[in-house]
Amino acid sequence: MKSEPHLALSEPVSDEVRKTTCYMCACRCGIDVHLKDGKVRYIEGNRDHPVNRGVLCAKGSAGIMQHYAPARLRAPLLRTGPRGSGEFKEISWDEALALATGWLDGVRQDDPKKLAFFTGRDQSQSLTGFWAQQFGTPNYAAHGGFCSVNMAAAGIMTIGGAFWEFGAPDWDRTKLFVMFGVAEDHDSNPIKIGISKLKKRGARFVSVNPVRTGYSAVADNWIGIRPGTDGLLILAVVHELLKSRKIDVDYIVRYSNATWLVVDAPGTAEHGLFVRDDNGKPQVFETVTEHVVPLGTKGARAALSGRVELPDGRYAVPSFQLLAEKYLDPQYAPEAVARETGVSAEVIRGLAAEIARVAFDEAISIDQPWTDMNGERHEAFIGRPVSFHAMRGLSAHSNGFQTARALHMLQVLIGAVDCPGAFRFEPPYPKPIEAHPTPHGKAEHFGSNKPLSGPHLGFPRGPEDLLIDAQGRPMRIDKAFSWDAPISAHGLMHMVIANAHAGDPYPIDLMFLYMANMAWNSSMNTAGVIKMLEDKDPATGEYRIPKIIYSDAYSSEMVAYADLVLPDTTYLERHDCISLLDRPISEPDAVQDAIRWPVVEPDRDVRGFQTVLLDLGSRLKLPGFVDSRGKALYKDYADYIVRHERRPGIGPLAGFRGSNGDRAGRGAINPEQLDRYIENGSFFSAHIPLEAQFFKHANKAYQDFAVRMGFFDEPKPVTFQLYQETLQKFRLSAEGLREPVAPETHRERILAAFDPLPVWYRPFEEAAVSREDYPYHAITQRPAAMYHSWGSMNAWLRQIHTRNPLYVPAAICDEIGLVDGDWVWVISHHGRIKVEAARMEAVNSSTIWTWNAIGKREGAWALDKDAPEAKKGFLMNHLIHELLPPKGDGMRWSNSDPITGQAAWYDLRVRIEKADRAEVSEPHFSALAQPGGERPHVDELRYGQEWAK
Amino acid sequence: MTLLPSVPTPRKLGLVIDLDVCVGCHACVISCKEWNTGGYGAALSDQDPYGADVSGTFLNRIHTFEVVPEGGQVIGEAGEARIVHFPKSCLHCEDAPCVTVCPTGASYKRAEDGIVLVDESKCIGCGLCAWSCAYGAREMDLAAGVMKKCTLCVDRIYNETLKEVDRVPSCVRTCPANARHFGDLADPGSEVSRMVAERGGFDLMPEQGTRPTNKYLPPRARKPLAASAGAAVLAENTDGAKGFFAWLDGMLDRI
Amino acid sequence: MHPAPSIILFTTLSGLGYGLAAVLGLGLLDASGLSVKVAHLAALAMIAGGLLSSTLHLGNPQRAWRALSQWWSSWLSREGVMAILTFVPLTISAWFAVVEGGYQPVAGLVGAAMCGITVYCTAMIYASLRSIQAWNTGFTPLCYLLFAGAGGFLLASVAGYASGAGGTVCAVIAALFVVAAWLAKHQWWTRLRALAPLSTPESATGLGNIGRVRLFERPHINDNYLTREMGFKVARKHALKLSRLAILAGGAMPIVLLIVAIVAGGGAVAVIAAMLAVLLYALGLAVERWLFFAEARHAVMNYYGG
Ligand SMILES: Nc1nc2c(c(=O)[nH]1)N[C@H]1C(S)=C(S)[C@@H](COP(=O)(O)OP(=O)(O)OC[C@H]3O[C@@H](n4cnc5c(=O)[nH]c(N)nc54)[C@H](O)[C@@H]3O)O[C@H]1N2
Ligand SMILES: Nc1nc2c(c(=O)[nH]1)N[C@H]1C(S)=C(S)[C@@H](COP(=O)(O)OP(=O)(O)OC[C@H]3O[C@@H](n4cnc5c(=O)[nH]c(N)nc54)[C@H](O)[C@@H]3O)O[C@H]1N2
Ligand code: SF4
Ligand code: SF4
Ligand code: SF4
Ligand code: SF4
Ligand code: SF4
Ligand SMILES: [Mo]
Repeated sequence: MKSEPHLALSEPVSDEVRKTTCYMCACRCGIDVHLKDGKVRYIEGNRDHPVNRGVLCAKGSAGIMQHYAPARLRAPLLRTGPRGSGEFKEISWDEALALATGWLDGVRQDDPKKLAFFTGRDQSQSLTGFWAQQFGTPNYAAHGGFCSVNMAAAGIMTIGGAFWEFGAPDWDRTKLFVMFGVAEDHDSNPIKIGISKLKKRGARFVSVNPVRTGYSAVADNWIGIRPGTDGLLILAVVHELLKSRKIDVDYIVRYSNATWLVVDAPGTAEHGLFVRDDNGKPQVFETVTEHVVPLGTKGARAALSGRVELPDGRYAVPSFQLLAEKYLDPQYAPEAVARETGVSAEVIRGLAAEIARVAFDEAISIDQPWTDMNGERHEAFIGRPVSFHAMRGLSAHSNGFQTARALHMLQVLIGAVDCPGAFRFEPPYPKPIEAHPTPHGKAEHFGSNKPLSGPHLGFPRGPEDLLIDAQGRPMRIDKAFSWDAPISAHGLMHMVIANAHAGDPYPIDLMFLYMANMAWNSSMNTAGVIKMLEDKDPATGEYRIPKIIYSDAYSSEMVAYADLVLPDTTYLERHDCISLLDRPISEPDAVQDAIRWPVVEPDRDVRGFQTVLLDLGSRLKLPGFVDSRGKALYKDYADYIVRHERRPGIGPLAGFRGSNGDRAGRGAINPEQLDRYIENGSFFSAHIPLEAQFFKHANKAYQDFAVRMGFFDEPKPVTFQLYQETLQKFRLSAEGLREPVAPETHRERILAAFDPLPVWYRPFEEAAVSREDYPYHAITQRPAAMYHSWGSMNAWLRQIHTRNPLYVPAAICDEIGLVDGDWVWVISHHGRIKVEAARMEAVNSSTIWTWNAIGKREGAWALDKDAPEAKKGFLMNHLIHELLPPKGDGMRWSNSDPITGQAAWYDLRVRIEKADRAEVSEPHFSALAQPGGERPHVDELRYGQEWAK
Repeated sequence: MTLLPSVPTPRKLGLVIDLDVCVGCHACVISCKEWNTGGYGAALSDQDPYGADVSGTFLNRIHTFEVVPEGGQVIGEAGEARIVHFPKSCLHCEDAPCVTVCPTGASYKRAEDGIVLVDESKCIGCGLCAWSCAYGAREMDLAAGVMKKCTLCVDRIYNETLKEVDRVPSCVRTCPANARHFGDLADPGSEVSRMVAERGGFDLMPEQGTRPTNKYLPPRARKPLAASAGAAVLAENTDGAKGFFAWLDGMLDRI
Repeated sequence: MHPAPSIILFTTLSGLGYGLAAVLGLGLLDASGLSVKVAHLAALAMIAGGLLSSTLHLGNPQRAWRALSQWWSSWLSREGVMAILTFVPLTISAWFAVVEGGYQPVAGLVGAAMCGITVYCTAMIYASLRSIQAWNTGFTPLCYLLFAGAGGFLLASVAGYASGAGGTVCAVIAALFVVAAWLAKHQWWTRLRALAPLSTPESATGLGNIGRVRLFERPHINDNYLTREMGFKVARKHALKLSRLAILAGGAMPIVLLIVAIVAGGGAVAVIAAMLAVLLYALGLAVERWLFFAEARHAVMNYYGG
């Protein structure tokens, strides 16, 4: 027998490894980019990186194909054909920037609100927001409004932080993990790492989700809930816990507003507000002396129940009494909610029992003394090892804000916020509402040629902070912070095009978009939006939305609708900053931020958008972008990252500050800062001392740490707001008791939705349409291997999801005689789509679903015209209207949460009918031309063949 | 060399795949493609990469199955269907038919560690080994005309230019859920062997007589939530708000 | 399994070729007859053509010679080796017949035996694959051998009738072989259609103890090499129809035509009848070979919902 062939097994992988940060999604894992002969040989996870600890998802590993995709834009583009044709000519950067500057400058002189600047998958919101503020338009937001503002706002307003990116389960200690409505989430690799840890330890993992794929597939228990009813399920659990007295009384007394007295004086302007003294301090009832005293009075033992008479003769009750009375009501009993939620009473009771058992019978303790904000010393951190996580399954409903609040209330009641084993905050969170700005954009906040007087986005403390004019009309183009959506803390990006097209509240001149595929998957009613973008005013022959500037890196559907396209680099070609001022990547134990840097040079005439934005800022001579002589302050984005300061000593990056690079958080500018990051693997991590790691909302050591790091200039502890006073203020306005008074049209809905205690109401679309006509829910899920619309240009990823079937519950298939491969009409109150169906059993019996954003417009993304993505792929968005069905009240309400304006993607109700077999899904749109000229057809790829051994 | 090693290989390197935690994310699929397309042998090509009939060579693929209980083991709540994600690459069989059918000797099983490999310089691309493999673990690369298969990342696991921790297959290193484990299944003391013993690791299609080296760990048995409903935890019942507040007062006294 | 035309052509042609060569090697026909000489050359051409077409589907045909190296384990290699070795006696026989006009018994008999072995090797390539249960039976080589024999005698009877001697003997034996071959094939089909699958989605995934297993999503939604190669499925209805067609064209009609030829005892009628019989038989055989692939389910389809 011959010997085996000799193999060269120890060949070096690459010539060089460059460490940077992935941007195939917003998880922002650390990557080791292996370069060979100047090309990317291999991308793997950075083992030292705190986010991903070496692992990488499919998208991250497919970075090579993203980076070399034919869909990359090559040069600035000026539209030559009509909007939507995809016909452009490539122009120089000088031309492009001169044109953009001209357009922008005109608007700024004339009326800055005529610029709407909205950004999508943006990870540099601190820069884009700053730019918009210096420009002076009130019309700026990022994508949060259509994404998950319900989650963010409810979290921040209740516990001072949210699940979204501001906290995480204590994966190493939790014994029961309950996840609501998550398919992938932003934290996708950490969640996978975490779930795997739980399983190894034998901790229980419960997933509440209508569809049992992905994470839900490996959950110990799957609760296949009916969409939009989680609030009821959670409140039923609260009911059970109250009834059986499984409440952490000590915890709620210390850390929440449970003891705060609430005025009980119906019909007055103070009804339902907290009793406060002249200093604004909330009052509690002291049970020993039987006196009403200010919160924090030494030795006071505050009551949780009882009705007390105030010195002025009015009555008040501790907020907890209102809470307990509300949820002890039999309407929240498991039996009472079983039908609506589709979850059996036994399962609800079992869930409540497990939560109670683990929280109280399996409590854990970390022997580390610590001191709370009242100066009281504790010998240990006591942990209630029950943790929760939730994402868009809760938040993308019109009742999502209150549902998310219900979940946070549950966490607080069992004492499971930021203790060992529970959900834990990630710095710079928790942050009390007082530490957030109020929104700016009232008439007095802006004007010709001057900056907006403060940040655009924030949290109104009451109706007085709304951005409305004297008649109560919205000031912002997206109608954020108006009566339509008073606490729309992230804006309403999904309404911008519709409102701008309608000229309601006013027309705009220029729409400037960045990284958002608004002509496709991030719009509701996509076909309608396309029409609006194409629509011209017959009088002038001009487009209704006169000018559109867009920055994308690839030939997305949206590119075809821009007049001027500013081509971005890929994520491997530019500087980026993942900042604590923005959407940070901290962990519960550590403060973290990161950068990207050009690990390869662009081979096209493209520029990093942030650098372009800085350039535009200096051409426009915006304050903060030019010095007193009008000279540009920053050479490029890298320079900005290093030298920009928001407050003295505080800049985009927290790490390696100070002239020696040894300061964290606060410190002088360090010119070598980026080099230090690169040496460190492109991230910075500062550990929180053990003493400061838990109970951050009330932990003195943590608060001091936060001040040292520069999150705050003085300690900012958080008291959990079980009872939400701000919401009550809106109710008082709706009752006509408080100024400004809510318009008649809005009163009913504010009274119903703005309950200061979490409530559940039926999602608006479901309530508005007939259950018989539209018997099913229709939702989407994120596929793990695709990021929204970008995956399809990636030769490797697109093979996994070349098209998307509509998954239909087995019972419905049997009822209408569907087999895999049959076609169906899916019909909503707004439209119909014709798509290919497939059978599924492991799904809620009234829910059909598909993978999100697989369907593509023919001609986009440099795909061949007959690509299955365009032929058989489809978007659910065609069925979702940005407005609710008419109610007969003369109003067309936005299809959003009434509090935050969060787009209610998952409220969709449909029916399905069997259709004839087909080759092309409907609706089908005309093909887009490849911007800047057709790309040659690629028959075959053999990436890496030159290195074949 | 088409003969299998005449004595059992002293080491049996392979993978143990945990079906209880695989979330079907396809990370291992792409990582495998990425590593191998510039590594051992010809690149893993893709045909019609941006067109209608896109397909490509992958050495590891994730299938997704739906399992509908028929009075079997209760998983989750009784009677509920579930989804199981199922990764599959070469199982490095001990009685590998793909090796013995190969007419050229290109396919072989390494005597030292049991890895089944294709010597591409000998492969004529007849496809017979792919026919012989019941698991679908071999794929002809249409551009190179040679048979490709999982190499167990032989150019990583012995690669002295890599740090010791990184001498594991690319798919194992990248798996975010830690569902893939690499090791020596001939050594009963190895971590993978212990996992197999503890968790009841099994062979795929044992009836094919291939004696796979790779093992799969079954989904763990689940305890229904409804079973906790009757537990004593919620027994305490104060019937309505009054009793509840009386209890609260008692609790406050203890703080 | 995907019924690749090149493989169908190969097994059909080479089967006929080896059959004819073997019959010629038995010396039943007068080697001096022109038609017998032509038959010798035709047999070689068919064998060579078949082999050539079998290399068409190789990814790297320039290395085909390597396929001879593994005869101790690989049936494909054995087949290759045997095919080449068999050329030696067959060429000697052909030489004797064409050039010398005579029969060389040693070369002839050795050649005939080697033809049989070669056909057996071809069949065993398929029959040895456990992954394809339909093929994994002793009936597979039996069928291949009988079909080769039937084809051989059918062709030989044409040559016999054309040269005026030995036609009827061959025709009678051909008829017997045709009957035997289709009986064996019938058994093969009966077995196939009654087959309890050796492997199922449950055994393929090991999840049978949880419940019934059904593919939910393919790993990659489009076809790949495996599904194109192994995923071919022919509807049972069509399979039955086609198998009847095969039996009719390749069995019943050749028998009738052979009887006509035998009754005619020679002359143009017999030659034409025998030739028609051959053509129909070849057609039937091609259909049978198509079905041989198209009906065979590969175990890997348990992972692909096929
Ligand atoms: N039916 C349905 N619709 C939905 C959702 C849903 O669940 N169901 N989800 C909604 C949610 S939460 C979101 S966040 C939105 C997301 O929707 P979008 O924000 O539109 O997300 P993407 O498709 O990722 O589009 C982002 C654009 O950024 C471009 N891009 C990518 N990389 C770069 C870069 O480096 N630079 C620049 N300048 N551009 C780049 C891409 O090419 C693409 O055109 O979709 C919403 N739409
Ligand atoms: N791979 C990948 N990762 C991504 C993205 C991506 O496109 N691809 N997008 C990123 C973005 S922008 C976002 S916003 C996040 C979103 O991350 P996720 O929140 O995980 O996103 P979705 O896919 O919208 O998942 C929502 C889940 O909620 C379920 N669901 C729907 N309605 C209900 C309900 O009423 N109740 C319950 N309990 N569940 C429900 C759906 O079945 C689905 O599983 O993901 C981010 N991460
Ligand atoms: S989760 Fe994946 S795509 Fe997102 S940053 Fe991490 S590796 Fe990149
Ligand atoms: S899995 Fe298939 S390719 Fe791998 S050794 Fe076994 S038979 Fe051969
Ligand atoms: S394809 Fe290559 S490795 Fe496979 S049997 Fe043929 S020669 Fe051997
Ligand atoms: S061991 Fe290597 S070659 Fe095999 S599947 Fe994993 S990554 Fe691919
Ligand atoms: S990477 Fe891990 S979790 Fe993801 S599909 Fe592969 S084995 Fe499963
Ligand atoms: Mo999002």
